[in-house]
Amino acid sequence: MIVADRKSLQEILAMVADKNKILIAGCKGCVTVCNVGGLKEVEILAASMKIARKKDGNDIEIDVKVLERQCDTEYVAGISDVVGNYEAVISLACGVGPQFLSEMYRDQTFFPGVNTTFFGGATKHGVWEERCAGCGTCAIHNFGGLCPIARCAKSLMNGPCGGSSKGVCEVNKDTECIWDSIVKKKMESGRLEDLIGVKGIKSWKTARDGGPRKSIREELIQGNI
Amino acid sequence: MRLSYPADIKIIQVPCTGRVDILHLLNAIEDGADGVYVAGCLEGECHYISGNLKARKKVAYVKKTLTEIGIEPERVEMFNLSSAQGARFAEIAREMVGRIRQLGPSPIRKKNHAA
Repeated sequence: MIVADRKSLQEILAMVADKNKILIAGCKGCVTVCNVGGLKEVEILAASMKIARKKDGNDIEIDVKVLERQCDTEYVAGISDVVGNYEAVISLACGVGPQFLSEMYRDQTFFPGVNTTFFGGATKHGVWEERCAGCGTCAIHNFGGLCPIARCAKSLMNGPCGGSSKGVCEVNKDTECIWDSIVKKKMESGRLEDLIGVKGIKSWKTARDGGPRKSIREELIQGNI
Repeated sequence: MRLSYPADIKIIQVPCTGRVDILHLLNAIEDGADGVYVAGCLEGECHYISGNLKARKKVAYVKKTLTEIGIEPERVEMFNLSSAQGARFAEIAREMVGRIRQLGPSPIRKKNHAA
């Protein structure tokens, strides 16, 4: 899923300091799963903002709405009848959400309430870790199912580097050296020879370096399936 | 027992403090309550295993939020006592009312009264 962290209350309050009637739009997708932009989080933010503004003697009217997803125009269209009733909208979806909203409702101002961070998963309750860099050419089968692009600080295709010490990356003592894990996993499964061949230079054309990407599925466009 | 405790308190009964939500506490403050406290069972004696422990964490979250807003976190508190400790219940009520009296009215209500 896409993982995000909520911006601080002070930062969000500052964004809408001159607004008196706003909508907070949550999303039932990834940000609900990572507990940052679902119904509960939207309501908590609304209550916290109302308390803060009341304390300053400057009440704010806040409505909340949670969209099925903010990354599909059909769901974004679901607020067309109310979106004009507000001075601004705070989106608690990932960075995609406020952009889809901004594109559909050109006269409205949308603020991002979260910082979108990475593609990852929860390793335990309350802890999310990066697992995918969205490079566009998945090759994790070559590395025991562990991605060195997303999880090695240098995105090395041939590792580990000299900065690996006791399974820890030199960049941060809390970061595991994924190449150490890859080698250990291959040794455990008796397939260390898989790593002997030098992996060629990775083409980054499919990654973000090739500019904004687009995925086109002709059969879906034609409505055949 | 017929113990007396301050009449300033409005009691809201829940089956277990595990039912208490962050929003219940925030909404109470938002609606002008000068303070809110949760009276749960003794730790380790929850009939539902961890309801009171979860309530404590929710209280801690609300305290953190209030601090961020600039409202005294002491306005929200978690207490633990058993249903057999009537005297302690009255004592906690007096303690909390005393604390809130010292802090004064909620800054939210003060602003609204001034307006």
